[in-house]
Amino acid sequence: MTDLSLPAGKPIKLKLDRDGAIKRLFMVMIGLYLVVALALPLYAMLSKSFVTYGFDLDRYEFQVSDDAGVFGEPVTAAALNEQLGVVGDADLRSSSDGRLSVTVFFSDFSFRSPVKYRIRGTTPDAPYLVGLDLQNSTEWQEYDSNTFRRINLRPVQSVGPQNYIEYFSNPALFSSIENSLFIASVSTVLTVFFAFGFAYAINRSCMPFKGVFKLVAMMPILVPSLLPGIALIYLFGNQGMLKSILMGQSIYGPLGIVIGSVFFTFPHALIIITTALSIADQRQYEAAESLRASRWRTFWTVTIPGARYGLISAAFVTFTLVITDFGLPKVIGGQYNVLAIDIYKQVIGQQNFEMGAVVSVILLIPAVLAFYVDRQVQKKQVSLLSARSVPYQPKPNRRFEALCLAWCGLMTVFIVGIIGVCQYAALIKFWPYDLSLSLNNYAFDKMDGGGWSAYWNSIKLAGLTAVVGTVIVFTGAYMVEKIDGFRTGRSLFQFLAMLPMAVPGMVLGLAYIFFFNNPDNPLNVIYGTMTILVVSTVTHFYTVGHLTALTALKQIDAEFEPVASSLRQPFYRLFTRVTVPVCLPAVLDISIYMFVNAMTTVSAVVFLYSTHTALASVAVLNMDDAGDIAPAAAMGMMIFYTNATARLVHLFASRRILGTTQAWRKR
Amino acid sequence: MMTSAHSGGASSAPADATSYLQIKGLWKAFGEFLALKDIDLEIAAGEFICFLGPSGCGKTTLLRAIAGLDPQTRGEIHQGGAHISSLPPSGRDYGIVFQSYALFPNLTVARNIAFGLENTGRPKPEIEARVKELLELVGLPEQADKYPAQLSGGQQQRIALARAIAINPGLLLLDEPLSALDAKVRVHLRHEIKELQRKLGVTTIMVTHDQEEALAMADRIVVMNHGTVEQVGTPTEIYRHPASLFVADFIGETNKVPSVYRSGKVSIGDFALSTDVEGIADGTDVNVAVRPEDVVPHRVEDAATGLVNLLPASISDMEFLGSFWRCHLRSPVLGDTPFVANFSVNAVRRLGLETGMDMAVELPAERVLVFPGGA
Repeated sequence: MTDLSLPAGKPIKLKLDRDGAIKRLFMVMIGLYLVVALALPLYAMLSKSFVTYGFDLDRYEFQVSDDAGVFGEPVTAAALNEQLGVVGDADLRSSSDGRLSVTVFFSDFSFRSPVKYRIRGTTPDAPYLVGLDLQNSTEWQEYDSNTFRRINLRPVQSVGPQNYIEYFSNPALFSSIENSLFIASVSTVLTVFFAFGFAYAINRSCMPFKGVFKLVAMMPILVPSLLPGIALIYLFGNQGMLKSILMGQSIYGPLGIVIGSVFFTFPHALIIITTALSIADQRQYEAAESLRASRWRTFWTVTIPGARYGLISAAFVTFTLVITDFGLPKVIGGQYNVLAIDIYKQVIGQQNFEMGAVVSVILLIPAVLAFYVDRQVQKKQVSLLSARSVPYQPKPNRRFEALCLAWCGLMTVFIVGIIGVCQYAALIKFWPYDLSLSLNNYAFDKMDGGGWSAYWNSIKLAGLTAVVGTVIVFTGAYMVEKIDGFRTGRSLFQFLAMLPMAVPGMVLGLAYIFFFNNPDNPLNVIYGTMTILVVSTVTHFYTVGHLTALTALKQIDAEFEPVASSLRQPFYRLFTRVTVPVCLPAVLDISIYMFVNAMTTVSAVVFLYSTHTALASVAVLNMDDAGDIAPAAAMGMMIFYTNATARLVHLFASRRILGTTQAWRKR
Repeated sequence: MMTSAHSGGASSAPADATSYLQIKGLWKAFGEFLALKDIDLEIAAGEFICFLGPSGCGKTTLLRAIAGLDPQTRGEIHQGGAHISSLPPSGRDYGIVFQSYALFPNLTVARNIAFGLENTGRPKPEIEARVKELLELVGLPEQADKYPAQLSGGQQQRIALARAIAINPGLLLLDEPLSALDAKVRVHLRHEIKELQRKLGVTTIMVTHDQEEALAMADRIVVMNHGTVEQVGTPTEIYRHPASLFVADFIGETNKVPSVYRSGKVSIGDFALSTDVEGIADGTDVNVAVRPEDVVPHRVEDAATGLVNLLPASISDMEFLGSFWRCHLRSPVLGDTPFVANFSVNAVRRLGLETGMDMAVELPAERVLVFPGGA
């Protein structure tokens, strides 16, 4: 054959049919949702972190008359300040709503004097207030002295790294970075260590009660991360039951944060490590045995290398969870500052939104880094799986089983103990003076924090998030997976769908304030409503749902779509009749995931709730803040009951639905 | 070994004068890689066409271009007189069956078949009647209420076929429909598909890498290699008159011997072999191809009876393959070039052939194929 080369011309492009157009439309719509609910708020936050406000005295000029009304030479505020030195550099910096009275520049000012004042801007942007009237003019304005005392200069906006410089030169704020890294590292090492032992026992031993252990290990997912903090206060706090064990150490601070962090991150690490251990290949162990390798050597040369990606992934997930968690340090951190607390303090305490944005950007760095490493590792993990692997079958070994049982028993005591203490705290009248049981602590309407309506709001949020979130996430995943062509759009969508995983909840919540609370934003109407809570929660937990949906969709025969279109059937018929029913288990998984997380989340919503949309998880925080620790524990337990019930309902519902609609799965 | 369903008709033009599908100057590029190079093809209405070739030859790519699933980079496709090059799959007129069957697992057999019939304004009883008719047509009238997973592979493939033809498509595309099945079922089903196609008269294109399947089922075979069409022809044409050494080698089995062409004869060393081939310049390097079953065995003492193309040979090894013996021959003429012959059980018995025996083999001139090109 002679060498042939492609003739010149344009590649053939297929005409877009209605299906293709509808799919693109859906994908673009959900993509736009992610842009509005994620990309734009993050951008608003990032730009906010570079904004500073300050009084620029060069922009104002004054003229003062004598008693007879004859005006002298114009003089700038800067020149006046230089003479008098009344306003220092620190005072010239301000927040967006700072005010500076002009009378400070005139040492002999008296509001009774007949002297008149003139003021004008030397540039078009020189705002000042006369009473409540905002003026901004380069024309001379004349005021009598009684009016002049009511004139205030307004700060002007400038853009620059000033906030960052200030942040890094503030030792108190800067030490939070060290603290955050410290507790996150220690918690990560401990959690991965405990979780690995637990997963190893479950996967590699023949010990009894595996089902019970697995169930207990998942319990921490059902409660807000701050609940272990409350339990630890009851156990080791100033009036704690077991305070003496600590031998003078205080539970308030890094110790409490680390113990609590191990509690709430344990199930996350366990799931990842269990998956990694369960893909082990029996044949490798048989090979090791035939080479007469010792158990110990086999462990280090076969087990650990096989699970290494899982371990790395678990470590990064744990690290991110701890460093971005806000509830636990809030409850039990005492004076120990961490990054997430700083954001809260800057925003809620000092109303310094710009500095909050700076801390958020700094908190983004480890989260994004962890996310990136985790993605790289995940990719490699997949390639380890091979269809021809022979699953590992553990052999009975009495002593090893006893050891495993002890390890898992210890973790079970820890987890059940923490939740048990909370339950106990919720049920007794007044610790430690009146230990009789009562339901008084459940009378939430008598406490601050939102009362029972907060609980019902949480149920509403969780329900809406589960339904709306599942629809959006699954539809989006379908469009991106089953669309033809449109490469750029698809990869952009993929990026947006993966992004939420890298954004800590606190950061997302603060970004929402900047974006949605801007009066110029037409979406401002949703600020302070249930809608913004649903939007933020769906976005916050988007990625895991998206990945679950993608995994399920990839397992479906890719040829369904061509078959349906050759039969001239619209894609949505295939989607509703085949795709969704076949993926129903995954759909249910996404919805329960959304529900449980919406019930327990604090970080994003703590910035976004309003008086009539208070939430149970936030109520736990606020009641604890107000010293009502027992009712806080009671509310935390309400969340636990609800999530446990939801899980059970999900379990039975999936069984029923699978039984009726998935009869085809049985041969 | 040859079980062609096609008899007679040895023309390479479409049997029917009305051409249903035309492919003109088709190219497909994946980045730098050219998967299809300048393909021209005409397919007549009602024909059964097989795209045959080794994996990676572009046969599936061509099928997917016809279906609009992976549009071609250049070139035109016309179907039934309409230019369909830029139509999306839903705008074209075909039914398709994939190797994976792609049956909807959560729908019963009946609902799978009815999938393309529903939503078209047809009354329900009419759909039900059509589904029943199709189930009978593919020989599975009892299976309507079962789920695909409850059926065997062969049954699933028939349901997929029924679903594809339910809407009476103008063109039926089969993408390796039998390769996921075991050998017995495959032989049985290829006969059934061929029968069904003949009954319906639907123009059909089947992609396969199995030459036996292609020979058994196709009216015409399109042999492809490296993104180009090597030969188009009826099974007998392809087998008897391969257009290239590749086709000769890929379809059936062949012995290849490098040689030089000289005025009607090819010389292998000092030996001159007569052929029917003409029109090749003297001195051209060629490859001689002879199929094992075309080799005629003789005793050494018969060699003097004036036969042409008679080679001295000895049997170095014999394998018994049931209906024939496969013999590995060595000949001083061929040197180290391996040479295989299939001798019938009768011939072996009659001539008393055994391993190590000296003999003579005749290569009939009309069965000696010559292809220009170096070794």
